[in-house]
Amino acid sequence: MAISRDDIEKVALLARIQVDDAQAAALEQDLGNILSLVDQLQAADTTGVEPMAHPLDAVQRLRPDEVTEGNQRERFQAIAPATEDGLYLVPKVIE
Amino acid sequence: MHDKTVSELARDLAEGKVSSVELTRHFLNRIQQEDSRYNSFITLCEEQALADAEAADQLRARGEATPWTGIPFAHKDIFCTDGIRTTCGSRMLENFVPPYNATVTDNFRQAGAVCLGKTNMDEFAMGSSNESSYFGAVTNPWGENRVPGGSSGGSAAAVAARLVPAATATDTGGSIRQPAALCGITGLKPTYGRVSRYGMIAFASSLDQGGTMARTAEDNALMLNVMAGFDPKDSTSIDRPVPDYTASLNQPLQGLRIGLPKEYFSDQLDPAMAAQIQAAVKEYEKLGATVKDISLPNANLAIAAYYVIAPAEASANLSRFDGVRYGYRCDNPKDLMDLYTRTRAEGFGAEVKRRILVGSYALSAGYYDAYYRKAQQVRRLIQQDFINAFKEVDLIMSPTSPSPAFVRGEKTTDPVTMYLEDIFTIAVNLAGLPAMSVPAGFVNGLPVGLQIIGDYFAEARLLNAAHQFQQVTDWHLRSPV
Repeated sequence: MAISRDDIEKVALLARIQVDDAQAAALEQDLGNILSLVDQLQAADTTGVEPMAHPLDAVQRLRPDEVTEGNQRERFQAIAPATEDGLYLVPKVIE
Repeated sequence: MHDKTVSELARDLAEGKVSSVELTRHFLNRIQQEDSRYNSFITLCEEQALADAEAADQLRARGEATPWTGIPFAHKDIFCTDGIRTTCGSRMLENFVPPYNATVTDNFRQAGAVCLGKTNMDEFAMGSSNESSYFGAVTNPWGENRVPGGSSGGSAAAVAARLVPAATATDTGGSIRQPAALCGITGLKPTYGRVSRYGMIAFASSLDQGGTMARTAEDNALMLNVMAGFDPKDSTSIDRPVPDYTASLNQPLQGLRIGLPKEYFSDQLDPAMAAQIQAAVKEYEKLGATVKDISLPNANLAIAAYYVIAPAEASANLSRFDGVRYGYRCDNPKDLMDLYTRTRAEGFGAEVKRRILVGSYALSAGYYDAYYRKAQQVRRLIQQDFINAFKEVDLIMSPTSPSPAFVRGEKTTDPVTMYLEDIFTIAVNLAGLPAMSVPAGFVNGLPVGLQIIGDYFAEARLLNAAHQFQQVTDWHLRSPV
C-alpha cells in the first residue's frame, strides 16, 4: 500500500513527532517500503482465526484494591525537567 | 583471569584463590583499557561495583555466599538501575537516573553479583546491528569494521571480548540470539513471561523478554537460575515453578528428536552457512539424537506480522516520553504541542521515529483491522505451526542469522534490508517460545550461530542440549582477543 505525504503528516501529528519537509520525503519512501513488506499479510487466509495477543493466552491478573506503594513524589520529581510546588511545569495551556 | 567462565570464577572465589574485589578491579581495568575499541559500555559504575565487591567478600567470609556472590557482570542499558543512569541507547534518556530497580536488577543484587556497568544497545532495542545507538555503534571483536548484531550488541561484544564473563540482554525479535551468533557467544531467550519485564524499558510488550548472554551454556543456566521467576509487578509474568537449570545439563541426548524446518534451509541460504549448521546437526546425531525434516508453513509471514505488531506496541509504549515527567525536553517550547512534537523529534533517533510512525499508522482509524488484527491472526497461525512441530520433535534447529557479522553501514540505507536480518529469529518471539544461539563454526573467520528452539518452558532442555554440544565441540572457546 502506498503512503502519501498527507498520510505522513497526519500520522506524525498523531504520534506527536515534528517532521520537516526533507524528513517527510525520506519517510514517504521508508514507510512505503515497510508497508509493502507487511502487505504480504493480506495473502494469508485467516478466516475464523482468533487474533493472538499473548503467547500463552494469559489474561490480566487482578489484585486486591489496596495501597501497596508509598508516596515518593519528591524522588520522582527530582528527575523531571521542570517542577514547582510538587507540580510538573509545562507551557501555558489555558489563556 | 578474564578467560574464565562464571562457573570457574565462582569456584576460584569459593576456594579463596581470588577475592571479589580483585576480580572486580581486574575486569574494570580491562574495560578501561580495551573498550575504546568496541564501545560496548555506555556507563561504568566503578564506585558502586567496588563497594558491592567488598560487601560480597564480607558475605563470603561469614559463610553466606551463593554461586553468584562477588561475580562481576554487566546489564544491558535497558534494565533500570536505581541511582545509575539508564539510557536505553537514546538521547531521550541520556540523563535518566531511575529511582527504582528492575526486578532483574534486584535479582542479581540479591544474589550478590557485582554489576560493572551498562552495555550499549540499539536505541530502545530497535535494530539488528547496534548502529542506531545514540552513544555510537559497537564494534564486533571479531572484525574491526563488523557489526556485533543487535539490539544487545554491547552485551554480546563485551562478553566476546572478555570484558565481562556474562551480561543480561533482551530479545523482542532476535536481539539476544542474533548478536550472540555474530559475536560467537551463547545466548538464551526464555519463554515469554519466564523473566520479569518490570523495570525493563518496554519496546513491544507482547514480545519483549529478558534473557542471558555468556560464553557457555552452563553460565547461561547459572544466569537463568537468578533471573527466572514469577513477579507480581509484571502483569504478563507466569506463575510457574523454576527448576535448577544446572541440574539437567549433563543428561545424555540419546533419543532426542530434532526437527529441521525446510523453510529455514531453502536454496537461498548461503551454502557456507548451511554447511556449518549441517555439521553441528551431525554432532547431535553422534550424541544419539534423531533428525527429521519438518515444516513451518507460515514462517515466511513472520517478518510481516512482526513489523505490524512490534511498531504498533512501540508507538503506544513510547508515548510516555513527552518531555514532562522525566527524560529529554526541548529548549524553549512555545506551547504544549511544540513541547511534545519537538521533544520527540529531537529526543528519538531515525529508526525509533520510523517505527513509532508505522505503528501509529497501523493503529489509526480505518487501518486497525487490516494491519493489527490481521497480524495477530497470522501470529496465531505461526504459533500453531510450532505447536504441530513439537508433537513430532523435541527441539528445532536452524541457523540463527542468514549470514555472519556484516560490515558497518551495509544495511542502513533501506530499513527493510536490516529487518530481513531477523528472518530466522522473529517467529520464535511471535510464538513466545524459548530459543538459544550456540557457537557452531566459522565462515570467513567470523562466528556462526546455531539456533535451537524449544517448546514452552523447555529452557532446561535447551540448556542441556547446548551444554552437551559444548562438551564435544570447542567453538564456544574460540576467542577474538
